[in-house]
Amino acid sequence: MVRDVAFGQYFSGKSFIHRLDPRAKILLLIAFLVIIFCAFNYFSLLIVTIFTVLCVAFSGVSPKFYFKSLKVIVFIVIITSVLNLFYGTGEPLWQWSIFKITANGINRALFVTVRIICLIIASSCLTFTTSPTELTDAIERLMKPLNKIHFPVHEIAMMMSLALRFVPTLLEETDKIMAAQKARGADMDSGNLVKRAKALIPILIPLFVSAFRRAYDIATAMECRCYRGGSGRTKMKTVHMSMRDGAACILTTLMIIGVIVCNLIFTAVI
Amino acid sequence: MSSILELKNLSFVYGLKTPFEKKAVDNVSLTINRGEFIGVIGHTGSGKSTLVQMLNGLIKPTDGQVLFDGEDIWKNPKDIRKIRFKVGMVFQYPEYQLFEETVYKDIAFGPLNMGKNADEIDNAVRRAAEFTGLGLNLLQKSPFELSGGEKRRAAIAGVIAMDPEVLVLDEPTAGLDPVGRDVLLSQIVQYHKNRSNTVILVSHSMEDIARVADKIIVMNKSHLVMFDKTREVFSRGRDLEKIGLRVPQVTKIMLELKEQGFELPDSVLTVDEAFSALSDLLKKEGKIW
Ligand SMILES: Nc1ncnc2c1ncn2[C@@H]1O[C@H](COP(=O)(O)OP(=O)(O)OP(=O)(O)O)[C@@H](O)[C@H]1O
Ligand SMILES: [Mg+2]
Repeated sequence: MVRDVAFGQYFSGKSFIHRLDPRAKILLLIAFLVIIFCAFNYFSLLIVTIFTVLCVAFSGVSPKFYFKSLKVIVFIVIITSVLNLFYGTGEPLWQWSIFKITANGINRALFVTVRIICLIIASSCLTFTTSPTELTDAIERLMKPLNKIHFPVHEIAMMMSLALRFVPTLLEETDKIMAAQKARGADMDSGNLVKRAKALIPILIPLFVSAFRRAYDIATAMECRCYRGGSGRTKMKTVHMSMRDGAACILTTLMIIGVIVCNLIFTAVI
Repeated sequence: MSSILELKNLSFVYGLKTPFEKKAVDNVSLTINRGEFIGVIGHTGSGKSTLVQMLNGLIKPTDGQVLFDGEDIWKNPKDIRKIRFKVGMVFQYPEYQLFEETVYKDIAFGPLNMGKNADEIDNAVRRAAEFTGLGLNLLQKSPFELSGGEKRRAAIAGVIAMDPEVLVLDEPTAGLDPVGRDVLLSQIVQYHKNRSNTVILVSHSMEDIARVADKIIVMNKSHLVMFDKTREVFSRGRDLEKIGLRVPQVTKIMLELKEQGFELPDSVLTVDEAFSALSDLLKKEGKIW
């Protein structure tokens, strides 16, 4: 069913990474994502890979779920790496009409594969170990300076957390509506593209109707509790940076220095 | 009587092979005969909805078989749609499935999927609307303009319009006003009488079940604990209480009177029955003439 996707799921736990400040996690993830694309030779790529493995190990989430989240993007990985394989420059090792494979092409294909996999695993590590509320909270706090230029940070964050909150609800609702229409003989798995698109109507309309109904309900409920926007609100849970976050920052910095040093010592292969 | 549905060692597990594995139905075997009115009762989360969803192949049993007319419904997975026309299923809160521009078109959705022609569809829609007490003047309205109770009727009509041999209703009266509940229930009984189709009704109201069902399926923690005639099931009030259920109020009163030593029948299901049983008793003791 729709719910089987592991990407974006949260697993509660008490691992090292679970207990990091979510703000630190987001910033470190961004740093790591940048560094992934700054690894130009196999030594720096190795460092990046090791760091990714460490993330998995310290997250306390079974590697099984990381593999599951990779399943979703297998296609993208295969297509991009095959394209890269044929786009290399230099002496061809093998050629057939316009298709040629070069050493550079092979390197590129390998790099792009490892990079995408590391990227997905690291991002999954964030969502696996951080609850949606923590995540939006952290984003709100990180974006706070934007308030100065009248960017509605709180409203955007509230919208994000409401949207995230309703993802599982709407998925469940979709399952129910699909079952009800199937019980009336709706046929969703056969026919051509047009027919299949049409078969979605009996599902989408009730889904939209219920989404609007829920939106009105929640707006009323919020107003009943005197919600009136972000100014002057306090937080129920405040997070503080701790030693643990310091350690994580140092580790990440070491990794970044490692990658840069490797890049300086060894020649780039792509 | 010939059997229409037969369940053999039926089990269902939600989230198989994930950390959230949950056994919702465990090794249920029973036989339902043609034309019976079956009640299904059980505590919240006992697996009633899961059980009935397997009857028309909306979910595939993780173990065991469902036989319809003696044939495994999953023998040929391509034909599962045909089973859904024969075993009609009305969900909890079915009004959320309405989607068409008019009530008429929405009720016609099922028959249309069956490939019926325009005349047959028109016939089916009108008959179904009549059965559920939906005024013909409502048929050209948008389903979203109806009241809650009318929506419920429209949704039920959408299933009845397929003229299924077995009609399954999962708590059809939940959330309706007392009069609405009674009317809807009598209409279901009327439907059962007129067409002599098999009806399976899931309900939390023991009074309703006692009034209408021939036989009762009692579920507890994903197991089948009783499957017997209504009277037999409700004569085991103490056993029902142990699994968080109760017997209808009048049955309970009569049961307690009996335990006090009064000579009364084993299980009394309705107020009318109680009245005649009590007046018989009083006559016998010479209190009234
Ligand atoms: N989609 C689902 N995914 C996972 N578990 C589920 C799902 N649906 C139901 N369950 C679980 O299966 C068990 C049986 O649920 P079911 O809906 O069959 O109960 P029920 O008897 O119909 O309850 P109620 O009277 O409240 O409608 C419950 O413990 C429930 O938590
Ligand atoms: Mg239920």
